[in-house]
Amino acid sequence: MSPQTSGLAIETAGLVKTFGETRAVDGVDLSVPAGTVYGVLGPNGAGKTTTVKMLATLLRPDGGEAHVFGHDIVREADDVRSRVSLTGQYASVDEDLTGAENLVLLGRLLGHHKKAARQRGEQLLEAFGLTEAAAKQVKHYSGGMRRRIDIAASILNTPDLLFLDEPTTGLDPRSRNQVWDIVRAVVAQGTTVLLTTQYLDEADQLASRIAVIDRGRVIAEGTKGELKASVGAGSVHLRLRDPAQRPQAEEVLRLALDAEVQREPDPVALTARVGGGAAGGRGAAEQAARALAELTRVGITVDDFSLGQPSLDEVFLALTGHDTRTRDAQGTRDAQGTQGRQGHQVDDTELHDTKGEAAA
Amino acid sequence: MSTVTPTESKELAPVSAESLAALLIAKERPPRPSALSASVTFGWRAMLKIKHVPEQLFDVTVFPVMMVLMFTYLFGGALAGSPREYIQFLLPGIVVMSVVMITMYTGVSVNTDIEKGVFDRFRSLPIWRPSTMVGYLLGDALRYTIASVVMLTVGLILGYRPDGGVTGVLAGIALLLVFSFAFSWIWTMFGLMLRTEKSVMGVSMMVIFPLTFLSNVFVDPRTMPGWLQAFVNNSPITHLGSAVRGLMAGDWPTAEIAWSLGWSALFVLVFGPITMRLYNRK
Repeated sequence: MSPQTSGLAIETAGLVKTFGETRAVDGVDLSVPAGTVYGVLGPNGAGKTTTVKMLATLLRPDGGEAHVFGHDIVREADDVRSRVSLTGQYASVDEDLTGAENLVLLGRLLGHHKKAARQRGEQLLEAFGLTEAAAKQVKHYSGGMRRRIDIAASILNTPDLLFLDEPTTGLDPRSRNQVWDIVRAVVAQGTTVLLTTQYLDEADQLASRIAVIDRGRVIAEGTKGELKASVGAGSVHLRLRDPAQRPQAEEVLRLALDAEVQREPDPVALTARVGGGAAGGRGAAEQAARALAELTRVGITVDDFSLGQPSLDEVFLALTGHDTRTRDAQGTRDAQGTQGRQGHQVDDTELHDTKGEAAA
Repeated sequence: MSTVTPTESKELAPVSAESLAALLIAKERPPRPSALSASVTFGWRAMLKIKHVPEQLFDVTVFPVMMVLMFTYLFGGALAGSPREYIQFLLPGIVVMSVVMITMYTGVSVNTDIEKGVFDRFRSLPIWRPSTMVGYLLGDALRYTIASVVMLTVGLILGYRPDGGVTGVLAGIALLLVFSFAFSWIWTMFGLMLRTEKSVMGVSMMVIFPLTFLSNVFVDPRTMPGWLQAFVNNSPITHLGSAVRGLMAGDWPTAEIAWSLGWSALFVLVFGPITMRLYNRK
């Protein structure tokens, strides 16, 4: 069966999973359209992996329900299993076996005859540039190679739905780009991908819709544009030459960007969010450029200027009013900066709007 | 042989998007494998692991040799007049005892393996659920065979002469393998139930030592106090020991064989479902 082009690959309602006192997943509602990449964005411990494990039939939910291509994940677990594949931090391959052996093993378990399993394995190793490493035990693979063999093992049979749980965490930038290329190739052939990530730019690169998840709940959901509209596409940081010009510059910026402008502790620095609200995430750069031109026109000298995408921290701060780190005492592996701590909070109506649009 | 040394610094061959796309176009799926086929595939996985880490055969080669030599010479003179005479009685029993003891490593390997990522992948496959565990036990059956052959060889060198000939010995080993396969479900249960490798080891020792020593492997139970005889005469190890001893001696001890198979069935019926329940909950 091929995935329905216009249906839902995943539909969950009030999904709950508790571990002792902790509600790891606390009422998650998701609707994932088939044939797209759906991003689930959140910090460590937000409940992303637990959600994926439930959807992949590895964990039994404690409440709510979920359907994958119309099959109930508890009552019709085997139907779900035959249509999904998962890969990520936990579902991997046998480290003691070689890359080729792993693919033959899984090919056999998927019902291929020995010859077909070996052939498909060889073709995948070839496509993933792993032919030379085929006879090496996986424990001797580098991080980038590991991720490739993991994904290869997940597409031995082309799945209708592929779960990728933090596929690039811990990879260097080049390996990360290569994984992204693989994901794009997989989606181009009609497979739905559920991608969990801690990185906003990864979700931005790959996903068409994004759900932001925190403390086991979906706190925002929508297309990339909608999400950015609620958060602000980025922040502009300015340093002026003359501190005396700051009040004037602040006024110019507020008019040009139609956004709140903040004074930094540094007497020459100003920060503002761009691309939020009406701009809908589009044209942040143009807005910023217009503001810069306006400053120059009125004779204010700008020494330093930067426009940054909001980091995951900023998204969280904007959506929840708390930092990703505050609940993560051990510290996250998050590579993003902690700037934007003093950013403003998006009010509830704005968030509500985003959700309303998503549902429509 | 490939000479590639995979390191982060080494440039990886690029991913070929076209060949990947060509592979992904194939949407047809073969029918899911039969329970037997999936189990045999997992058994093959166990063999591959032995191939890659042959050191793990230490406990089925050196340990059994040690057991045979130790007990033959330790008790031989005292119990039967000479080691050479004692081994006629001891060998089938010591084979039973050693193999049953070796089964406990199953629990340890299940416990260390279950934490690894690959188990989640197995659990997400549409296959007969117990096949992962059965595959384990099939791989272990090979280890038990090796241990039996090693001990028989040592025994033959020391003067053991089975009256049952090749047929009797093979029948004895076959019965032992069936029993060990069934008995191992206790260990898969502990392997999944207990949190650390150490606790699995500790609990296994507590079960296996009294069970194997309190049997008819070393001495005739009639020399024991009455209360102990009650336990020893009903122990599955005693039944199995008598059956294997009888088969290797050329007899056909129907009752003892039936007892051994009955116990085997009981182990599978009780501990198999508990293991699978734990496996599905993990």
